[in-house]
Amino acid sequence: MSDADEYGAYQALAEGSDDHRWAFGTGFTDPLEGVDTTVPPGVDGAALAQYCLMLGDDALIYSHRLQQWVTRAPELEEETALANIALDLLGQARMLLARAGRADGSGRDEDQLAFFRGEREFRNVRLVERLDADFAELVARLLVFSAWRLALLRALTASKDPVLAAIAAKGVNELTYHRDYAARWVVRLGDGTELSHAKMQAGLAVVWPLVAELFIPHHIEVTLAGVAADVREIREEVATALDTVLAAATLDRPEAKPAAAVAGRAGRDGIHTEALGYVLAELQSVARAHPDATW
Amino acid sequence: MVTVADLGILREVREDGDTVTVVITPTYSGCPAMREIGHDLRRRLQEAGYQDVTVRTELSPPWTTDWITREGRRKLAAAGIAPPDPAARLTPGPVPLTLTQAPSAVTCPRCGSERTRETSRFSGTACKALRWCEQCLEPFEHVKEI
Repeated sequence: MSDADEYGAYQALAEGSDDHRWAFGTGFTDPLEGVDTTVPPGVDGAALAQYCLMLGDDALIYSHRLQQWVTRAPELEEETALANIALDLLGQARMLLARAGRADGSGRDEDQLAFFRGEREFRNVRLVERLDADFAELVARLLVFSAWRLALLRALTASKDPVLAAIAAKGVNELTYHRDYAARWVVRLGDGTELSHAKMQAGLAVVWPLVAELFIPHHIEVTLAGVAADVREIREEVATALDTVLAAATLDRPEAKPAAAVAGRAGRDGIHTEALGYVLAELQSVARAHPDATW
Repeated sequence: MVTVADLGILREVREDGDTVTVVITPTYSGCPAMREIGHDLRRRLQEAGYQDVTVRTELSPPWTTDWITREGRRKLAAAGIAPPDPAARLTPGPVPLTLTQAPSAVTCPRCGSERTRETSRFSGTACKALRWCEQCLEPFEHVKEI
């Protein structure tokens, strides 16, 4: 684009509205504008909302953790990759949170759900909470998360809720890129030098105790049979993908005891690790300091 | 300039007297341009004289680069961005892993050489990858198949 063309485009945006905040991406509107979000007959809206929050919170919290790697990644190309992956997840989170607010009739929008819920109300799995200690741990976590979420979204494309099915269908293609990005790095590092292999194995060991939680169905998911995905049914698909990557990377599957729950309750029930508190503090502090502010 | 129609973002336009309804489909889940596209559509249609303009988002079927028109591809190439190849059709069953770079003949939009390689799967925006031409030694972006 010539300089004149580029200026013209921005000019057009600024002239177009009496709102002079023309900068790209400010002033977010409802990501589901005009989408029919009627809850399908026979489906409990409150349960559907909780389920959307589960999947939305997974994406929101993990997106935030990935964003924290911007300015810290080992190479510029990896930085743009992580930023783009985080952006895809954020977009999924926005749609899911928006859908949750409409399904339970509370009228809460994505901002209210993202910025004004307390820690116990977040329903993400514990896998997404910790800030990775190094790049090897990052790609280990990204591999596990993406392989799992890809299988989950693929199953969800058959959901009886057309909005969930549509969000999932969009997400499947994006998650494929995320998973394959992580997989290539795991292979590169695992089948690399002695040092990279050791760090990659160590990264997997940190992540593995939180894998079991991904396949424990929550009672809300069970209530929503036909609408929600059954995580037990995707277990084999995910295991096959992970085993394929580990084999190519000459890595061993860690022998890790699953992280303990608290009286049988974990991330999906609002029981989180200490790490989540720090994420929410950073994510929510500005909005909470100025709750009535508008952009 | 590439239009929303060229990109397959604009799905439908229905007019009924003074009323017009426009249906758009977002590209990537997190695409930050969708809000501006919606506003731009609304403004242009109002300027064109329609009193009642509605912009609707249609999530399904999901956007695919296959919806980019031939004209859109030509304009992308002219702007120095390699257009996408046909997207792989998802077969039923688990999505296969691609652990190695598939050889692909993405031609350099500047010099036309097929000797190009991917330097980054993700570029300045989610929809594009970064490539480098071994012939003219210039980097360029490539719209990823999705």
